[in-house]
Amino acid sequence: MAQPSTTETPREVISVQHVWASYDHEPVLEDINLSVGELDFIGLIGPNGGGKTTLLKVLLGLLSPTRGEVRVMGQSVKAGCQYIGYVPQAVEPDRDFPINVWHVAQMGRLGKRGLLQRYTAKDDKIVAETLRSVEMLDLRDRPIGELSGGQRQRVYIARALAKEPTILLLDEPMASVDPQVSASIYDLLSQLNERITILMISHDMTAISSHVKTVGCLNRRLFYHGGKQLTPEMLELAYGCPIELIAHGVPHRVFPEHDVEEARR
Amino acid sequence: MIEALQYEFMRNALMAGMLVSVACGIIGTFVVINRIVFLSGGIAHAAYGGIGLGYFFKFDPVLGAIIFSLASALGMGIVHRKTRQRADTIIGVMWAIGMALGIIFVDLTKGYKADLMSYLFGSILAVPSSDLLIMLALDIVIVLLVMLFYKELLAVSFDEAFAAVSGVPVDAIYLMLVSMIALTVVMMMRVVGLIMVIALLTMPAAISGMLIRDMKKMMVLAIILGILFTTTGLWLSYSLNLTSGATIILVSGAAYLVTMVVKSLLRRAQAEAKS
Repeated sequence: MAQPSTTETPREVISVQHVWASYDHEPVLEDINLSVGELDFIGLIGPNGGGKTTLLKVLLGLLSPTRGEVRVMGQSVKAGCQYIGYVPQAVEPDRDFPINVWHVAQMGRLGKRGLLQRYTAKDDKIVAETLRSVEMLDLRDRPIGELSGGQRQRVYIARALAKEPTILLLDEPMASVDPQVSASIYDLLSQLNERITILMISHDMTAISSHVKTVGCLNRRLFYHGGKQLTPEMLELAYGCPIELIAHGVPHRVFPEHDVEEARR
Repeated sequence: MIEALQYEFMRNALMAGMLVSVACGIIGTFVVINRIVFLSGGIAHAAYGGIGLGYFFKFDPVLGAIIFSLASALGMGIVHRKTRQRADTIIGVMWAIGMALGIIFVDLTKGYKADLMSYLFGSILAVPSSDLLIMLALDIVIVLLVMLFYKELLAVSFDEAFAAVSGVPVDAIYLMLVSMIALTVVMMMRVVGLIMVIALLTMPAAISGMLIRDMKKMMVLAIILGILFTTTGLWLSYSLNLTSGATIILVSGAAYLVTMVVKSLLRRAQAEAKS
């Protein structure tokens, strides 16, 4: 196990080696290799159907890879998933589901309390703290169906944080959120990144690349070299089409320009 | 109504209505929020196969119904878990086969089978005291299980993937839920009959869900509504001399429609007030 924190190099929190995964015998992931270090903030982008959600499922232990090995905090996925806080895709939930903000966030404590155990006062304290940290404590009694997309996303982040995770996995966190709100959620993630490793996937490459530390492309295969910039070569390999199409007709320069725009705001 | 209470069968009927309402309110809430009304219908109709089997082999049809509904619940539950897309087709197939098996077995059975209609339309007015005790026991089991596993049941219903990642035994919890549905269905079959089981399982919980956004309170309100509907239905049935199962369902259905209309009118009024 990679335990010592005294060493110079950041320790590896997730290690994915030669992982293949498939749905109904149809390969979705091919030979994925990824090493996530402590306090990384990695954004993975890729086209829909490129295996982004499948990769998260493999990391969470919801889907077993057909080949290869995944280690989380040096342990098997089953044992390691206790360190992972998971924020699902921000899809429209069942509006009528009878649950309020507090009880959703409280689910983050499920892993700490086994069967037949009740939530404790300590759990309540942690849930209250995490809801406060995402500025949702005032709405604790609000039914989840009455929240806006951004508010709901904050609650899901709070739920993941209530687990006191070492790693945060986010699946398309900005999918149903308007740009201003997503900027504030990125700010929140940057704060969290001071103590938590973050791995997020998205199809929105412009937004993702200006906020994360490193970026990669996923389309069946993973193109990740630990760099901040997406190279045209990576995109072309990942998307299998010329970059101009994706970059609004401003080839190669699109990311720096967007950064400038973001800074002006 | 007061004069009706001097008859034991009427007291038993009211009691049965209340006991059934407790199970319906709790289990119905899970059925409604998990959107497994169709699966519950499948379980109810597959149970009919067990009744036919009971008649044919001369054992208690209720026992047959319990066995068949539990087996079909676990079967459908597993199918529902493993193959998401085609689950409704397979449930439909099991629904039909169970029903057909029941009818064939009953056809093959010689002699007296007049009691059969009571399983289709219920016989709340002929519930013996011994059945009341069984219902009470089942209610206690359901209340205990739901209390003990409340946080897991809520988590699995709300977000299965998150529950699984949190180490909740999702499959076991789900199969426990469908088994509870199966037992509730058999119990209700005695009161409102196979055909109307689904109505009583879903309507009180659905009305409650329109009014309340908290699972525990939703269950409590669903129980209260269930008691209200069965009692009113029984009273109508007694005073107008109509089939009790049908009056109970119509009272529930009327309440459901009224709630829906009032709620959509309120929503429209709210929207207009905002704009």
